[in-house]
Amino acid sequence: MDNFLSFLISLFPRAVMQGTPLLLGSTGETLTEKSGNLNLGIPGIMYVGAISGVIGAFFYEQSAGANMNAFLAIGIPLCCSLLGSFLMGLLYCFLTVTLRANQNVAGLALTTFGVGIGNFFGGSLIKLSGSAVPAIVLSGTSSYFSASIVDSSTGNWFAKLFLTYGFLAYAAVIIALVASYVLGHTRTGLHLRAVGESPTTADAAGISVGRYKYVATCIGSMIAGLGGLYYIMDYTKGIWASDAFGDRGWLAIALVIFTIWRPNVGVGASILFGGLYILHMYIPSGMNLAVKELYKMLPYVVTIIVLIITSMRNKRENQPPQSLGLPYFREER
Amino acid sequence: MEKRVPAVSIRNVSKSFGRVQANSHVSMDIYRGEILALLGENGSGKTTLMNMLAGIYFPDEGHIAIDGREVVIASPRDAYDLGIGMIHQHFKLVDVLTAAENIVLGLKGRLDLKAASRRIREICDAYGFEVDPNQKIYDMSVSQKQTVEIVKVLYRGADILILDEPTAVLTPQESDKLFAVLRNMRNDGKAIVIITHKMHEVKALSDRVAVLRKGEYIGDRPTAVTSEQEMTNLMVGRPVSLNIERPAPHDPKPRLEVKDLTVRNEEGIVRLDHVSFTANSGEILGIAGISGSGQKELLEAIAGLQVTESGSVTYIEDDGRREELIGKDPLAIQEMGVALSFVPEDRLGMGLVANMDLTDNMMLRTFRSGHSPFTDRKGPRHVAESVVEELEVSTPGLGTPVRQLSGGNVQKVLVGREITSAPTVLLTAYAVRGLDINSSYTIYDLINRQKEKGVAVIYVGEDLDVLIELSDRILVLCGGRVSGVLDGGTATKEEVGLLMTKLGGDRNE
Repeated sequence: MDNFLSFLISLFPRAVMQGTPLLLGSTGETLTEKSGNLNLGIPGIMYVGAISGVIGAFFYEQSAGANMNAFLAIGIPLCCSLLGSFLMGLLYCFLTVTLRANQNVAGLALTTFGVGIGNFFGGSLIKLSGSAVPAIVLSGTSSYFSASIVDSSTGNWFAKLFLTYGFLAYAAVIIALVASYVLGHTRTGLHLRAVGESPTTADAAGISVGRYKYVATCIGSMIAGLGGLYYIMDYTKGIWASDAFGDRGWLAIALVIFTIWRPNVGVGASILFGGLYILHMYIPSGMNLAVKELYKMLPYVVTIIVLIITSMRNKRENQPPQSLGLPYFREER
Repeated sequence: MEKRVPAVSIRNVSKSFGRVQANSHVSMDIYRGEILALLGENGSGKTTLMNMLAGIYFPDEGHIAIDGREVVIASPRDAYDLGIGMIHQHFKLVDVLTAAENIVLGLKGRLDLKAASRRIREICDAYGFEVDPNQKIYDMSVSQKQTVEIVKVLYRGADILILDEPTAVLTPQESDKLFAVLRNMRNDGKAIVIITHKMHEVKALSDRVAVLRKGEYIGDRPTAVTSEQEMTNLMVGRPVSLNIERPAPHDPKPRLEVKDLTVRNEEGIVRLDHVSFTANSGEILGIAGISGSGQKELLEAIAGLQVTESGSVTYIEDDGRREELIGKDPLAIQEMGVALSFVPEDRLGMGLVANMDLTDNMMLRTFRSGHSPFTDRKGPRHVAESVVEELEVSTPGLGTPVRQLSGGNVQKVLVGREITSAPTVLLTAYAVRGLDINSSYTIYDLINRQKEKGVAVIYVGEDLDVLIELSDRILVLCGGRVSGVLDGGTATKEEVGLLMTKLGGDRNE
């Protein structure tokens, strides 16, 4: 039993760190989907959020050298990241809302595009830095992002479980809770839900459908982009390498379904997903490597099970927004 | 008579969708304290015109003035600000939200659902509505949803109300309740416009009648001095006969014999209870009953779409050969000449594919025939052409997706297709639901022509007057049981109505 507890205490912080990019990604995607936009570009947007932050941090570290200012070291990558993912969100909206392009195609294109952009600029920076290994190391910036209240080597279990993370991890939880509150308890949230459920109704009620879609999708993209930034600056301690982000973007979208479109549920669910995602590292050594791959499937298996259960229970509140993925044109007959 | 200032005056308004001219140079006035019935055939532009007042569409040209002041209505919000509220034919409600949430949707200020619920209750008490503010929309019946829509409009302080075919989905009792509320509102000084096809409603409810024809304003009459005949003539543009013929059946022979048919629905509730009757060739068998008395199940059981518990449906050919239909698959039944045209509440729900064009929808009936791997498009195109011509379907062309046609035209396509498939048994339910009066009579005429050809017609309808006039025999269903079979020539509305609500004993022939 004691053994199990200590296992949990060692797994939990890592699960949280794994889960934070997923939480940010899924909160962003939930807001987006509530407006009726199925943004499958989230993986690409998180990638762009990451590389934009890296670019900002890279040039700041180059120019500041040894005397880095904490405020700028955090502020510059943060703003760059937000700007990068905002532009991606804007592009998605322009394609799907203004031009009424197919959302699936636009989203998938954006993912491919974002990963390409990330790898292109990442590669360029590696060349600029003249580094021997194919990676950018931004340990200076990372030290500000991952600064925690207590050191992770602390003996106090409470502090170890809850106080050892960088500020973005806490921000992720706060953003998720705020998003939940806004969706459920404010007029803005009510209007947003109406837009995603039935744009014709929202339109007839005098709500500007296009504006809600644009704003929700762009804010959602910016939140998701922060997930990418967190991953590089905190989780990997400032090391950028091509394709390191892996399939986390897709996992974030799976998390949206898992949480049945509720960001507050995402706080716990992201930790569960994070834990499942890294569980394979804890299997006894010497075990067949194939088993490891089975473990990696767990988050997706759980998502499929949730989908099956929610579909079977068939409760209307647990279904995706009704007009998810559909373009809206007022004078369509 | 004193000069009244119109609440709304429309001047010279035009609107077109692509090549379809929905309204051209319409000028009309709407007054307070008056219920105006807006009449017109399907696709005559009534809904489009009203949508321009509600801010859904924007006029291509023309002016709109409210209380004598010229305004621009660019969005639904503008319309609300001007006190115009429209209750659309397809409700504009969000299913997963509660009544109160739907009602406050789009308003500004802090979200206070408790205060909103209180005001909703006040409005309900004032006009005699019944709405539970906390009920989810998906839990509501059609008439409850409509009530929410009306309350929503009143909540926003609308004093110009537009109702687009509000009774199309209501039972007669629900309609009466609605009319009482509308009269209350009129007496309260509100301006009310109602779009409807039902002439008796126009007579009972409205103060004035305005008529549109093919997008143009024809004129208005006080309801008290006009007649059903005059209104219809104005709508159609030429004198129309409002009499339904009933030619005597020619050489009727038993065609379809239904015996002890029992059907349970998925929940195990009996929907048809030992129903027996015979349908003869060259005869129209009308089926009357309160909606949900088993009409749908009966037709579907005959067409092979419904699992039956017991009983038999026997098809009798001209030479006396008998064939059992129960257990056969729908396709085989269809090939024997049994055609089903069922018009559900949402017309596109059954029978037509919204995104396909007219020809393709005709092809749904025939694409299996022939042995070539390629489908025959010529035949269906001819069918489409003849349906468009005979039923006067207004469409830009045969290549137009059905989705883009107006509701009534969609229906003509559906009914027309079934009738032209040259059936020997024609099952038709609610064939004229939502159709204007002229199209309805065209359909009655078509059904009669089928009868003269020797087809056994089973006609399920809502309008009792028509049912009695059209049918040779009337079978009355009540709670899934046959409560009586009457002769169409001698039956009265009262008789049928009585049988619809209670089992009339053994009056079977």
